Amino acid sequence: MSRRKLPEVDAGSMADIAFLLLIFFLVTTTMDSDEGILRQLPPPVPEEQDPPDVIQRNVYVVLVNAQDDLLVEDEPMDISNLKDGAKNFLIANGVFRDLGDKENFPIRTWVRKSDVQQKIDEYKAYIASATNETEKENFQKVLEKWQDKMTAIEIAGEYKELPGSALISMQNDKGTTYDTYIQVQNELESAVNELRDELATRLFGISYNQLEEKAKSSESGSEWEDRLYAVRTVHPQRISEAEPRSVGSY
Amino acid sequence: MAKFKNKKKKEVGAVSTASLPDIVFMLLFFFMVVTVMREQELKVKIERPFASELTRLEKKHLVDYINIGPPMDPARYGSEPRIQLDDAFATVAEIPLWIEQNKESVLEQEIPKMTTSLKVDEGTKMGIVSAVKQKLRESNALKINYSTRKRDRTE
Repeated sequence: MSRRKLPEVDAGSMADIAFLLLIFFLVTTTMDSDEGILRQLPPPVPEEQDPPDVIQRNVYVVLVNAQDDLLVEDEPMDISNLKDGAKNFLIANGVFRDLGDKENFPIRTWVRKSDVQQKIDEYKAYIASATNETEKENFQKVLEKWQDKMTAIEIAGEYKELPGSALISMQNDKGTTYDTYIQVQNELESAVNELRDELATRLFGISYNQLEEKAKSSESGSEWEDRLYAVRTVHPQRISEAEPRSVGSY
Repeated sequence: MAKFKNKKKKEVGAVSTASLPDIVFMLLFFFMVVTVMREQELKVKIERPFASELTRLEKKHLVDYINIGPPMDPARYGSEPRIQLDDAFATVAEIPLWIEQNKESVLEQEIPKMTTSLKVDEGTKMGIVSAVKQKLRESNALKINYSTRKRDRTE
């Protein structure tokens, strides 16, 4: 006796089932890509430490009050002008765009290839004669900074650098709304990024963002990474936040 | 020769739908793979502000979220902005412990790469945000991200 053949299962409804599942996943999918403004908080300071002295012309002070009004360098300012203000502060007295020697702006100094080379040699000698590990490490850090400057000179040419104490300082009130705070941070950051954009376009014909992408996608130690660091060295990001006066209890 | 010639013209057959399940399955698998089930239920309303200078956060397992905003249910919790850590409301004082607990769930060498993402409602006052930031500094969680939505750069 032959066994009866099993009837074939109809697969016509397979598509329906798959569709049902598909729609479920379509609905629950959140392409949750989180983006935002990345910041590094300063490490906690011991309380008894005095804040370092600041040179007035080297600091670009941005204050925001509880009514979301801006006071920039003791003048009220609309947020739409903040980016240009910050850019002027960052490039004044520089080589790329000279605004003349403005009194309120930091004095920039030339970074010469010969000086940098001399410093590099100096620190290499220090490292060679260093007696203990921590000393060696400290020298190494300084040496790396000078080497970054050398790379920058090789790629972008000799430039005038911002003094080390130059920075954009922002302070807000307890009552400032978060939106205003973010807009101010964003404008300050875009000031730096536009300067970097300008330089990257002039040197390599691509925007700063593209440069970052290229450096990220190429392996470490490539020329694109050097180029990225060169642009960052010429236009450093110097945004700092003042210590909040009192934060209250929450 | 023309003995068996068809009288009628041949009809165009119906398009075979046999490959439809395959296509649908392909889409299905795609969505199954990219789906991230929401890990936490938001108890606060958050309208994030817009900004243009954004960095994308990668390595999700190294990111922890602090949500700050007015509660969804104002009748029970009031309308003042509150902090939500994981699934529950929290106070600023609970942040250091929370950070320590999060550190335990990642590899030791990855701890310096940990980022705290602040998802804050745009209408929140800075007082509470500053308080949170001070606590983060105290607990040495210095890498932070202000979560925002994308807009174009202003001219």
